Amino acid sequence: MTKKIGGVILDVNNISLSFGGVKALTDISFNVREHEIRAIIGPNGAGKSSMLNCINGVYQPQQGTIAFRGKTFKHMNSHEVAVMGVARTFQNLALFKGMSVLDNLMTGRNLKIKSGILMQALRLGPAEREEIRHREFVEHIIDFLEIQAYRKTPVGQLPYGLQKRVDLGRALAMEPQLLLLDEPMAGMNVEEKQDMCRFVLDVNDEFGTTVVLIEHDMGVVMDISDRVVVLDYGKKIGDGAPDEVRNNPEVIKAYLGTGH
Amino acid sequence: METTFPQLLAQHAKDRPAAPAMREKEYGIWQTMTWAELARLVEHIACGLYQAGLVRGDHMVLVGGNRPRLYATMLAAQSLGAIPVPLYQDAVAAECVFPINNADVRFAFAEDQEQVDKLLEAREQCPQLAHIFFDDPRGLRNYAENGLASLDSLIEAGAAFARQNPGFVPAEVARSHPHDVAAMFFTSGTTGNPKGVVHTHNTLLDRARAGAAFDKLTGDEEVLAYLPPAWIGQNIFSYAQWLACGYVVNCPESAGTVMIDLKEVGPTYYFAPPRVFEGLLTTVMIRMEDAGAIKRRMFHAFMDVARKVGPSLMDGKSVGGLDRFKYMLGNLLVYGPLRNNLGMSRVRVAYTAGEAIGPDLFTFYRSIGINLKQLYGSTETAVFVCLQPDNQARADTVGIPIDGVQIKVADNGEILVKSPGLLKEYYKNPTATAEVLTADGWYHTSDAGFLDAQGHLKIIDRVKDVGRIMGGANDGAMFAPKYVENKLKFFPHIKEVVAYGDRREKVCVMINIDFDAVGNWAERRNLPYAGYTDLAQKPEVYQLIRECVEKVNADLAADALLAGSQVSRFLVLHKELDADDGELTRTNKVRRGYIAEKYDVLVDALYGGKTEQYIETQVKFEDGRTGSVSATLRIMDAKTFAPVKAAA
Repeated sequence: MTKKIGGVILDVNNISLSFGGVKALTDISFNVREHEIRAIIGPNGAGKSSMLNCINGVYQPQQGTIAFRGKTFKHMNSHEVAVMGVARTFQNLALFKGMSVLDNLMTGRNLKIKSGILMQALRLGPAEREEIRHREFVEHIIDFLEIQAYRKTPVGQLPYGLQKRVDLGRALAMEPQLLLLDEPMAGMNVEEKQDMCRFVLDVNDEFGTTVVLIEHDMGVVMDISDRVVVLDYGKKIGDGAPDEVRNNPEVIKAYLGTGH
Repeated sequence: METTFPQLLAQHAKDRPAAPAMREKEYGIWQTMTWAELARLVEHIACGLYQAGLVRGDHMVLVGGNRPRLYATMLAAQSLGAIPVPLYQDAVAAECVFPINNADVRFAFAEDQEQVDKLLEAREQCPQLAHIFFDDPRGLRNYAENGLASLDSLIEAGAAFARQNPGFVPAEVARSHPHDVAAMFFTSGTTGNPKGVVHTHNTLLDRARAGAAFDKLTGDEEVLAYLPPAWIGQNIFSYAQWLACGYVVNCPESAGTVMIDLKEVGPTYYFAPPRVFEGLLTTVMIRMEDAGAIKRRMFHAFMDVARKVGPSLMDGKSVGGLDRFKYMLGNLLVYGPLRNNLGMSRVRVAYTAGEAIGPDLFTFYRSIGINLKQLYGSTETAVFVCLQPDNQARADTVGIPIDGVQIKVADNGEILVKSPGLLKEYYKNPTATAEVLTADGWYHTSDAGFLDAQGHLKIIDRVKDVGRIMGGANDGAMFAPKYVENKLKFFPHIKEVVAYGDRREKVCVMINIDFDAVGNWAERRNLPYAGYTDLAQKPEVYQLIRECVEKVNADLAADALLAGSQVSRFLVLHKELDADDGELTRTNKVRRGYIAEKYDVLVDALYGGKTEQYIETQVKFEDGRTGSVSATLRIMDAKTFAPVKAAA
């Protein structure tokens, strides 16, 4: 399988983030190329989610810059980041539990909906046509993620693995250029993990979406990523292709443990 | 009038081009394909296949679920005089190798990436498989295998060819004769290699029409195609009768949405094996147990009324005025909504076959006003041999021989059939053909049974399975394993049963609990469990199953013929019997002999009087990896009853 990896789409430069005296990230630099699957790994508390939150605009790093598609910024809020085409999923899920799968996915279209609230409330022609268009897009995602059977089911009633899939679906509904996945396989059984892997690979392959993912499961990371960044105690200790990282002595020491 | 499938398609496209032929739910909407559109699609696929090199007499394998384009490809192959061979979509690669090599298959249709991967794996042992066309391109973009192409590209090429040669396909269709081979179905086979059952256009269509005439089917029927297309039953309902009658076949959105789609479509003609009806009833019962007290009491009260008068009303017999009123009320409050919930509001004719159906299960559906009937047939007979007339449906018979069928019972109790729908032969297997199809034209069904006083056929078991108890108190008594198994399987808590007793002094059974039903039962009793294996071995569950076994024993004691088949000992298995582990056939029938071999320690323990036995079993996961499950199984005795002497 060959795929075309393009130029740098996201460039992280010398990011440092601290909460009071706690240094979450120290001088981190790495980049993400278009169409690649880029993994960020590291032990608990290494700063993986903090890194994602910086890219996502949730946290504002004290030092360093982030450039997305050549546009450099220091401070961003998450709304602006979303408008620029960055979508994310959450480690602990942030879905509307009482709403159906369909409605949850429709919320992902929020930024794309142009008609005003009054037009929508009154279901006027243009607003209705627009909703149908968005619904069609969402239906393609439902088909893609194979969740047709749960369209009308309230999300809270679904098993965890499926909720994760809905979470991914909502991010996809934004038609993102860059997709940030925070531990997409956490808490899943082997079969669910395999399904999720396939969806991530298919998203990357079918839509050409660039993926940055944080993951604990080493097997998954090594199998599906093109390049891996390794963090430990807020510092970058490795960066490169999965095989390279696997053989990096520092990484082995920090994360994989020594051979027994 | 004798005809062929492609000719029927052309006829429908000519007579009623704008009428719907097929629907498929996609992106949440039912998309309709008219007969004219279908005919055009078939023409294009046929031209594409012709250009790719498919010739008259070739076999073409199709692996996939019920998709309009799968059926269109079958029609396209038949248009060229080639023979479609549908294979089970959940078969593993190794199981596909034999059919592909047996029929020298060069062409294949695959539904999606999963099926393509499987065929590519099988191809390592079937080098002649040159062309694989896939319907759904998802995930296949980067495959660079030889001869792998999308159906879209095939259709595109075919469309161009069809524009230049508009008379090509009609001319090819005209060359086919009704007695040419139309399709081949591999029977799952409980032992040895599967056998290819060869049918002609005429054998399939004759039976399709006889069945349609029997139930007065019209072009207005709605059918939901949801069982494997490789199974002749589905093929008859969503292909042969579809073309014979011209009704609408609906393809579900995905395997997981069948129940939702069933409700939306509201089929008028419905077929399901007993296990589907069983599953539906189990779901209903579980939901009723969880419902509020008022609803639950209303349900049970009206179900009593339904049990009492429902079947009589279905059979067109008269019942008392008060009962009729109660039933009407029940229909308004319970049966109607229930039918709607099951997706069976519009069902005019529903059939079940393949396995015997429990009497209570059967009566349940008839009592709530669903015209559920049984039929008898097999792959070799193109399904329709015996059917039950609308008002003579009974749980213990399978109906009367329909138009064209002759039935004879051989000396050993075997049922022999003569009908225009008999198979032409087993493919490249004259020995097997000669075994079942004798020179005088009788087909040997290998089922034991008899015609009762009303002319209804009653099946007891497979001829080879009917055994004798040997030694012990019931020496010489008849033992019909399936009969016992079916009686146990009617209990919602029991999913699968394997009974042993032939040439032994007593009957012992191995039981699979129904995880949903027993799990729910356990939850309502605050009984914690860690998974299937743990739940199966709970003493409380054993007690529950023992009650079921003893009820069956009490029932069997009243049957003069089978009183000796009462179950003395039983155990609950630690894993579900699975087709992937070879324990069930692809049509989910237990493979008793194989299971006895695989679990020989358990069988020995059952008969050896042990009270528990340790076992470790290899299991195969869906992705082909293997693991193992181990457990110490309890073995329990069940009470048996003295045979009840029939009152003089």
